[in-house]
Amino acid sequence: MSEASPIVPRRTMSATLREAWAIIALPLISIALALVVGAVVILASQIVVPGKPFNPLLPLTAYLALAQGAFGSFGAIVNTLVATTPLVLGGLSVGLAFKAGLFNIGAQGQFLLGALGSVAVGVAFSSAPPIVAIPLALGAGMLAGAAWGFVPGLLKATSGAHEVVTTIMLNYTAIAVVAATVSGPLDVPGSPSPITEAVGNAALPIIIGNVGHLGIAIALAAVAIVAWLLFRTTRGFEIRIVGANPDAARYAGMHARSLIVLTMSLAGSLAGLAGAVVVLGVTHQMTASFGTTVGFDSIAVALLGRSNPVGIIFAALLFGAMRAGGPLMQIQAGIPAELVDVLQATILLFLVANPFIRRVLRLRGVKAGLGEVDTITRTYGGEVSTR
Amino acid sequence: MDALIQALYGIPILGLVLQFAGYLIEVVPNISPIILQAATPIALGALCGVLCERSGVVNIGIEGTMLTTAFVGWYVGVLVAPILGGEPTAIFGFTPALLVALGAALLAGLVISALHAWLSISVRADQIISGTIINIAAFGLTGYLNTLIAKTSPEGAGAFTQFHPPKELIQLPIIGWLFDMFLSQGPITMSVIVIVIVFQLLLFRSRWGLRTRAVGEHPRAAETVGINVIRVRYRNVMLAGLLASLGGAFLSMEATNSFQQGMTTGRGFIGLAAMIVGRWSPLGAFGAALLFSSSQGIGQSINFFPPTGQLGDILGGLPGQFYDALPYVVTIIVLAGVVGRSIPPAADGQPYEREAAT
Repeated sequence: MSEASPIVPRRTMSATLREAWAIIALPLISIALALVVGAVVILASQIVVPGKPFNPLLPLTAYLALAQGAFGSFGAIVNTLVATTPLVLGGLSVGLAFKAGLFNIGAQGQFLLGALGSVAVGVAFSSAPPIVAIPLALGAGMLAGAAWGFVPGLLKATSGAHEVVTTIMLNYTAIAVVAATVSGPLDVPGSPSPITEAVGNAALPIIIGNVGHLGIAIALAAVAIVAWLLFRTTRGFEIRIVGANPDAARYAGMHARSLIVLTMSLAGSLAGLAGAVVVLGVTHQMTASFGTTVGFDSIAVALLGRSNPVGIIFAALLFGAMRAGGPLMQIQAGIPAELVDVLQATILLFLVANPFIRRVLRLRGVKAGLGEVDTITRTYGGEVSTR
Repeated sequence: MDALIQALYGIPILGLVLQFAGYLIEVVPNISPIILQAATPIALGALCGVLCERSGVVNIGIEGTMLTTAFVGWYVGVLVAPILGGEPTAIFGFTPALLVALGAALLAGLVISALHAWLSISVRADQIISGTIINIAAFGLTGYLNTLIAKTSPEGAGAFTQFHPPKELIQLPIIGWLFDMFLSQGPITMSVIVIVIVFQLLLFRSRWGLRTRAVGEHPRAAETVGINVIRVRYRNVMLAGLLASLGGAFLSMEATNSFQQGMTTGRGFIGLAAMIVGRWSPLGAFGAALLFSSSQGIGQSINFFPPTGQLGDILGGLPGQFYDALPYVVTIIVLAGVVGRSIPPAADGQPYEREAAT
């Protein structure tokens, strides 16, 4: 008699949809609620700041301008992609650290150091062939960022000093380092304000439209590499365990200390790569007061994307679109581009208050929680691993 | 005497240390009022952190709270000054507008800390993320509103002025500079040392302090004795918010009379480090705040009034931005050196669930 084949029910459409809904429900709801709050802020600020007559449709105008600035034309879409690229890399940086139970608020400082390193090497090799100059400049940026992540990682591993405070201190220190270096050794003599030379051949080539540079492809490659590292290598497995359950990791014989140092260095190199990509792909040189919002947007990207490489791409697209559309919103609706910061914070607020949202909206079967963040608070007071 | 000092300075490496000590003795009494002024927002932030964490709630959002209350205090002053007017008082320069603005700033701090308390205690969200969100929201909201308002060229309500102690007191031989340090200050700075001492006594020698500390160390045991853990935590976090808002009000209503985007420049976080270095006690946190602010003050004075001689040559070669970064670097070094031996309250950062009633 032939063996009866086991009856395996085919995955129904509704089961897949249900699973998809479980993952994206909370982020989507947070975004929708944040847009509502943003509209309230726009309306309220019209009352608080006297000036023009009250316009109840202003939020709609603002959001439409935002969308148009982000997706309204081919050029706008390319701008969005360019704005998304550093956010993907920064989000990977913060997300990778989250996986290990570390809070890398220092992405901003690592970003700045990575930009500085890549400019310095790029200027030095600006007349070399691009095939030589570009990898060297990118590598220098990654190395500089890795160093800036290594320091708080080492401090956390050896003395238990929590990375929340040390990385923020290093953010401010990075600003001073950039100012000192660009005003000093790298400054073009005779320039009215401190600025470096152009990076010449180390600039990233354009691959889409007028401004879409190679960094877009680099960011996508980085997502694939980090995903492979986290989910298909032993080291990645150890990183995830150290974040999810440090005691289990210790019991299994994993070296938590060296994993912390490794993760912070990798996270630093990713944020440094973000800085390198911005400087080599967009600005091609650096001023003493070079600064962007990428570092802090990265935190929002990692949280919204739940530290998952694919989720990070979508979250980065959302915030990249908002940043790219901001200027048009400022011109057409008169709303300062900082509204995007308010929207960002509100999205995170609703994400973090997800138990409350779930209760109020009576959501069931929805994936909640931000994952390994418990470890971050647990080690706040200076718990040091014994290995 | 001078010849002896010069001889001592001449010793190879020890001489540099002695030169630095001599420089400090010469400079610190002159800049001591500035050191206390710079320590005020750091100390108030640290005190806010101490109160929160002694009750078991981690509060990273001190920086955002200070920034928001600085903005609210300044902008309410802008709105109210034309309406209320009035002559500033002789001491401290109080005007009705300034006092209303101060009240508004305190109220804003209360609201923000209530939000953080709700997220941390009732929603039981992760407290570090919740604090970070408050920081991001504060930067975004104040930046947005400031950009909107700047277009209307607002005029501020002024600022609190310094008290001037009698000259005879300052010129006393050895302790005169202490009077200068603590008395040649505005109202908020002068109140800091009082708040520190009162808080230290309350926390460690009163029943309220004992209950607070119990809630932060072992809330389950505290509940069995009848303490309402949730209510104590809510009250303390909101009270701590008042301290942080005092720090924010200092920035925009005493140190300056304006608002700059991001004007807190990390002082809330240095306050957190001061809290850890000070072992979660008000007096220790105040001392650590003085340490960090003096690194800033001494750095600035080396930058603008460099020491003479060999030490001056070495220090003069460093770029000016080195001294900007100095307080942050000092914070990292001190924190890393001290943190292992500094033990937080046992239940710090852990959300609490009441026992089910049987």
